[in-house]
Amino acid sequence: MSAASTSSRTEAAIRRAGNRALIGYLPVGYPDLATSVEAAVAIAEAGCTAIELGVPYSDPAMDGPVIQAATQSTLERGFRLEELFDAVAAITARTDSPVLVMTYWNPVLRYGVDRFAARLAAAGGAGLITPDLTPENAGEWLEAAERHDLDRVFLAAPSSSDARIDAAVRASRGFVYTVSTMGTTGARQDVDRAARALADRIAERAAAAGTTALRCVGLGISDGEQVRDVLDYADGAIVGSALVRALGEGGVPAVRELAASLALGTLDGGADDAAPAPDQKGANA
Amino acid sequence: MTGTPLREQHGPWFGAYGGVFMPEPLMAAIDELAACYDECRDDPAFQAEFARLSRDYTGRPSMLTEASRLSEQAGARILLKREDLNHTGSHKINNVLGQALVAQRLGKTRLIAETGAGQHGVATATAAALFGMECTVYMGEVDTERQALNVARMRLLGATVVPVTSGSRTLKDAINEGLRDWVANVDSTHYLMGTVAGPHPFPTMVRDFHRAIGEEAREQAIAMTGGLPDAVLACVGGGSNAMGIFHAFLDDADVRLIGLEAAGDGADTERHALSIERGAPGLLHGMRTYLLQDLEGQTLESHSISAGLDYPGVGPEHAWLHDIGRAEYQPVSDAEAMDAFLALTRAEGIIPAIESAHAVAGALRLAKEAPGSTLVVSLSGRGDKDVATAGRWFDVLDEEARQQ
Repeated sequence: MSAASTSSRTEAAIRRAGNRALIGYLPVGYPDLATSVEAAVAIAEAGCTAIELGVPYSDPAMDGPVIQAATQSTLERGFRLEELFDAVAAITARTDSPVLVMTYWNPVLRYGVDRFAARLAAAGGAGLITPDLTPENAGEWLEAAERHDLDRVFLAAPSSSDARIDAAVRASRGFVYTVSTMGTTGARQDVDRAARALADRIAERAAAAGTTALRCVGLGISDGEQVRDVLDYADGAIVGSALVRALGEGGVPAVRELAASLALGTLDGGADDAAPAPDQKGANA
Repeated sequence: MTGTPLREQHGPWFGAYGGVFMPEPLMAAIDELAACYDECRDDPAFQAEFARLSRDYTGRPSMLTEASRLSEQAGARILLKREDLNHTGSHKINNVLGQALVAQRLGKTRLIAETGAGQHGVATATAAALFGMECTVYMGEVDTERQALNVARMRLLGATVVPVTSGSRTLKDAINEGLRDWVANVDSTHYLMGTVAGPHPFPTMVRDFHRAIGEEAREQAIAMTGGLPDAVLACVGGGSNAMGIFHAFLDDADVRLIGLEAAGDGADTERHALSIERGAPGLLHGMRTYLLQDLEGQTLESHSISAGLDYPGVGPEHAWLHDIGRAEYQPVSDAEAMDAFLALTRAEGIIPAIESAHAVAGALRLAKEAPGSTLVVSLSGRGDKDVATAGRWFDVLDEEARQQ
């Protein structure tokens, strides 16, 4: 995943953001196709470096209650995969923020891995995040991604062995999805201390392999303060459930407002460049 | 595979089925479990303790009962493998005791489980009590309603029962909820998968803990009849009692192995649980297997009068045995199963679980096709839990009981 050899739009966008990226997750088609497109464009305009578009799935074992409820209602109203490609095309026509698709693997398998990749690339999508596909099962997908020049984002977790982190770093292009805490999606009061340790381990393992890895932290981030905390040690912060809840409760204006407030956390607070202020260090200790 | 006995398949793959398709946060636990189970399999002390519990606590070996009156009516010799007589009333206890021993070895203090009919939940709650562990059981809300007595049993045993309200509110969604719990609590918690499904090592491990069913039945049938049976029949939801009884016979090429899947309203309707006959290969719950799914890869809801067979997937070893032609899988509708339920009850004074009644129905059908044959039927559980359902079906409840 070296910076020089990749044509990753996601990686380029994160670097353009000064490695202080905000990635916003929304389920495609929720509450309807048009609104989900408007919401994705709105959060990009409000400061999201990249969009993570979730594919509704009948058995979302990694998702917490907010996202489950949203994707279930989307399936119940008759969601079809065609909507995904339409949404990706509509969003990428209106914003430069790369659009990554987060999908459980069975819908891709059923559609056909190469066919899915071709459609996604044609629609302007940047790549896939695959929560239940680990690198050892990803051969067909990695070949398709190569063929269609798509990013592939794999997960690393606090429990991952060094060997598994190495595999995630090797297989990923775009970034490594750094799972902050052992749990499903859902806003949490505190993002685990484990996230910082994991982000550091990923960087160390990548360096040991003679490469670099961008690390975006997800699960449990819900406000600008947490975004700022995460960006102290990672290249990006991923927010999901909080945005989905805002969209469900207050529509596009609410999700835009929340994204803008999250984006405040990406503004360089000085902690990176300026001499570290003792009080800030203290706050993180 | 040529030359390798069918009994020597240990995963993670059974042909093109099985594997490990799990989110990364659970991979460490899965790897740890697989390594630990490999040790347990080769450890005489572990096997001795498992055998002791199976004998002294479960009551193994279970009997093989000659069903004389049913045989006479059916026109074939029907032998019932009596897993219904095990402690807790079904085969499920075999697997639960084995996995509880593995969990103990891993240093886990909490068991979580999914349950459909409640038999696996009851068995897990029982093992948790026996081993002094905490226990949480996830059960689809639909199933907590149709199996209210088992919910009470689990609570009496000290377990927390969580009704699952997501998705189709049945077994598959209970598994999803169990997996979510496991991700969050993996340090302290063992996920005690109740069937031969899920990621490796579960399909192999669960089968191994049920293998005694077939080993005993094979010996007992030979002792009783002087030879191997013509066919072995078992119901298949996830397929654990079927794998348990099939396994000993896998390399006996002359013994037909027949799995009965729940056809719900009928094999010609859209309301069934015929994963093998009507499904297509796909991923669910960490494995590649036959799956009821739509053209976009969304899992479809299954339907069966029997909560324990109401699952849209099937264990990967069954998918493989189907593809290589070693086992056959046939549909049994709700109505056929309930007819068999009553036939066995009236002929032998044995009330079967509705799940197991599917296997009995398969045997009655086969008896017509092959009169005079010898059939071993896995009577995987007893029907106490199903009395309310059966009472409604046959309209034998008094008004007062109906309202309860």
